[in-house]
Amino acid sequence: MSGWRVETQGWAVDRSRPVRFTFDGKSVSGFAGDSLASALLAAGVTTVGRSFKYHRPRGFWSAGAEEPNGMADILGTPHRVNVQMTVEPAQDGMVLRSINGRPSAEKDRNAFIDRFARFIPAAFYYKTFMFPDWHMFEPRIRAMAGLGALDPAAEGHLPTAQANAFCDLLVIGAGPAGLTAALKAAEAGRKVILCDDQPVAGGSLLYREALIDGVAGPDWAAAAVARLRELGAQVMLQTTAFGRYEHGLTGLAESLGQGDAPRLWRVRAAETLLASGAIERGLPFANNDRPGVMSAMAALQYLRRYGVAVGRRIIVATNNGIAYEAAQALALAGAHVTVIDPRADAPACDLPRRRDRIEAVIGRNGVEAVLLASGEKIAADAVIASGGFTPTVHLYSQAQGKLRFDEAIQGFVPERKVTGLSVIGAANGAFGLAEVLADAAAAVGAVSPKAEGPHWPFKIDAAWPAPKAKGRIWLDLQNDVTAKDVELAARENFVSVEHLKRYTTLGMANDQGKTSNLPGLALMAQLTGRSIQETGTTTYRPPFVPIPLASFAGIRGGQLMNPVRRLPLEAEHRSDGALFREYGGWLRPAWFGKGEEAEAVNREAKAARESVGLFDGSPLGKIEVIGPDAGKFLDFIYYNTMSTLKPGRCRYGFMLTEQGAVYDDGVLVRLDENRFIVSCSSSHTQGVALLLEEWRQDSFDRARVQIHDATSRYATLTVTGPKSKALLEAVGLGADLSDEALPHMALTYGAFGGEPVRITRVSFTGDRSYELSIRADRALPLWRALKETGRAFDAVLLGGEALMVLRAEKGYIVIGKDTDGRTRPMDLGVSGPFEKKRGEYLGKRSLHLPAVSDQARAYVGLESLTGEVLPCGAHAVERNGSAKRSIGFVTTSHFSPNLSRPIALGLVENGASRIGEILELHHLGKSLKARIAPVCAFDPEGKRLHA
Amino acid sequence: MQLFTCPFCGPRGESEFHFGGDAGNIRPEGDVSAEVWTDYLYFKNNSRGAARQIWMHLACREVFLMERDTVTHEVISSEALVQEQQA
Ligand SMILES: [Zn+2]
Repeated sequence: MSGWRVETQGWAVDRSRPVRFTFDGKSVSGFAGDSLASALLAAGVTTVGRSFKYHRPRGFWSAGAEEPNGMADILGTPHRVNVQMTVEPAQDGMVLRSINGRPSAEKDRNAFIDRFARFIPAAFYYKTFMFPDWHMFEPRIRAMAGLGALDPAAEGHLPTAQANAFCDLLVIGAGPAGLTAALKAAEAGRKVILCDDQPVAGGSLLYREALIDGVAGPDWAAAAVARLRELGAQVMLQTTAFGRYEHGLTGLAESLGQGDAPRLWRVRAAETLLASGAIERGLPFANNDRPGVMSAMAALQYLRRYGVAVGRRIIVATNNGIAYEAAQALALAGAHVTVIDPRADAPACDLPRRRDRIEAVIGRNGVEAVLLASGEKIAADAVIASGGFTPTVHLYSQAQGKLRFDEAIQGFVPERKVTGLSVIGAANGAFGLAEVLADAAAAVGAVSPKAEGPHWPFKIDAAWPAPKAKGRIWLDLQNDVTAKDVELAARENFVSVEHLKRYTTLGMANDQGKTSNLPGLALMAQLTGRSIQETGTTTYRPPFVPIPLASFAGIRGGQLMNPVRRLPLEAEHRSDGALFREYGGWLRPAWFGKGEEAEAVNREAKAARESVGLFDGSPLGKIEVIGPDAGKFLDFIYYNTMSTLKPGRCRYGFMLTEQGAVYDDGVLVRLDENRFIVSCSSSHTQGVALLLEEWRQDSFDRARVQIHDATSRYATLTVTGPKSKALLEAVGLGADLSDEALPHMALTYGAFGGEPVRITRVSFTGDRSYELSIRADRALPLWRALKETGRAFDAVLLGGEALMVLRAEKGYIVIGKDTDGRTRPMDLGVSGPFEKKRGEYLGKRSLHLPAVSDQARAYVGLESLTGEVLPCGAHAVERNGSAKRSIGFVTTSHFSPNLSRPIALGLVENGASRIGEILELHHLGKSLKARIAPVCAFDPEGKRLHA
Repeated sequence: MQLFTCPFCGPRGESEFHFGGDAGNIRPEGDVSAEVWTDYLYFKNNSRGAARQIWMHLACREVFLMERDTVTHEVISSEALVQEQQA
């Protein structure tokens, strides 16, 4: 119990509005304006979590987004894990659970692990998980290590729509630098967006003693925001700029409160100023991770902004001047403060002071005393430790900006501006207020406001962790990495910063090493005799802080994730009792009527062969190829020769990839000399249209051939079965449907209700079939006429599943199901063009490559010997002694209601010459037998096409 | 997201575009060696720095040539494959 409220301080909290929440089941009260961290500190809670690996007790180190320790899971809806309590506003009714501490952070039953720490050094997991079998250890270790815990039953964030914005100037960070630059730019008439992750603008002005143009920091900041809004600038608070991307794009996440996912903003700015400040780092002494050890600027912020002093007997240890402001302020508030500063040129100060450094913190669960290098022991309940400041250059580095190590401030600073992005203020290494304001004003070509204070000069002496130091000196508090771990990595030759990071996990936790990376690599620099500049930093990658995946998803979940394409007659099919499924991106009837799938599919497939079936084939590709060179173009696109096709006729063919595999199959229709329709597979229409367009523009005279994808303009209604012709004649399309006028694979025109109908006689069932194409918005009357007139012919509505059975009975191919990425046209029994076609076509040369032509799988039928339907995907195996080898697999398998037996199709090595042989099939540990058969199982003579 | 420049539509988000390969990877015609053919199919320049590439803008379906820097992602230039005839 060391923190306490200071009545005279804390301008940000409203003492008339108490808030109450629970932490590990204990009730905590604070005020509106408190962060969760300030409320917990004021309530005297010091241990707020257990560490990732060793379960050591941990307290708050910072008051901002760099916080490594102070995270909690917020239970409820949504359930949020690893929330940084230092930036999360305290709200009434919140239920917090500490991380990795069971049953609570204070009484953690796994705390004993820390005593075994020397047995779990860096790379412990790597070494353990290798030998002898990591499955033995993994579940136990996983249960003990880690941070927050997900609740699988909990609700996630509500989806939030994303937003885009454009501006002349984006300013990231609303501290003194950001506010000055934004204000001056807005006053000059530029369109400005200013964002800051805090709920209040001001940055360091919120807690440091300073006057700008004679006005106190927080007041000046509030006035600046009001003026910016007046000038039309967009000021976005609780909004974190998390990533910098190409071409002036910055990603922002705007917090919207507990239930909603943060809104993701894509801001495209002509110019961006990064005014993200600097992050304070700690000092290397043993047990520098104890609860009660805190950064100086955090202690100052808790005091001035929230009115919370972090202890009553406070040690302020520093290697720079800025920490003196915290020491003085805490002493003024009533704490007993002793300063520990080893620098020879430390500033004058009337507080008790030792020219020394801390050797170790004494105390098991918190700070009880400090031991100085001189051997002196001083009792204390809190330690303020300032080891200097690291400019927050993440977004600059993400934009591939180069860094330079600045000895004067002992930190990496931007070397130069990158395209569209400049860094200003403390992020640029300017640590005095006057310097910060001058830097910001210069960036927008304006005159700097006048600064007064803070009065302590920065002046730093390096204080990096040193090799072979006594005790456990913590670098990465969030991933439990000590100085000894870095030394181990150096001994084992993981000396590059990228190796160091992965071997020790330094900087790999949620906080991405905001406080630990620099001390870690400074130690490695000493161990390897290199400078810090030579040692370098690891790569900075977005996001700057964790962003919920829900923000990246936006509203594109559920049906909007990948919208299905819908049939023009969907409503009609629904009223006819269709069950819908997605086929190649289209939502289509799978079968009609109630009842079981198998029963419905068998009924439809049987009826279609007995009378007539009606099938909505509207998604069938209808890509028009138009122009005097259309025939020449299609000869190149297709494996088959197409220019010889006569007007009014149809031809089936393949399109290949340049690698020689079959990409699509379908019927090409020639309307007249210069006009064709490519009827590609429904799921391939977009791909084929692109392929045609690319080759047209690449290799052909674009004035002599044009592509037009008319797929969605027309509905295509398929009428199939022995009574199909009679039904069409009864409906009356005004066309001569006689076999002389309209033989199989021919085309004619009719009309229905005054609307032209294109009639092609093609078949995907093996029965006499007609495809009627009509304007999509005029299709309903024709479809209704087919259904109503069809009653007299026992017409049946066909779903996609029954159609698949019908085509499988005939051995007709579905590309992508019966073929894979290396199936050649010859494997499908079409080798004429391969042998004879003279001109160029897509994939031609590949068919003759040795690696391609050595393949010898063939498309065959497979007959089940046991009477059971073969499992799709089962492999045919060949035995050589005890060795087994796959020689093919089942691609299609159904029960055929028209043959009253199972049918199957597959690809089998040398299958075409092995008709009649018995194959051994394996599937999920099961063995089956099948006989190789011709692909066509039903009506092999093809009489029914003309019946 | 990068901004690419369609010569017909101007700057648009990269998701509107489809990559068509290295410019100058001409399809070999006729009876070429397997090596020449597989180079055409599989050998990518993957150049560091300025690269000339073929892209299609899916919104307008025009194929065009874009020169861009593969390191900095700067778009250096975009041009139509066929210049419009002067009226
Ligand atoms: Zn375009």
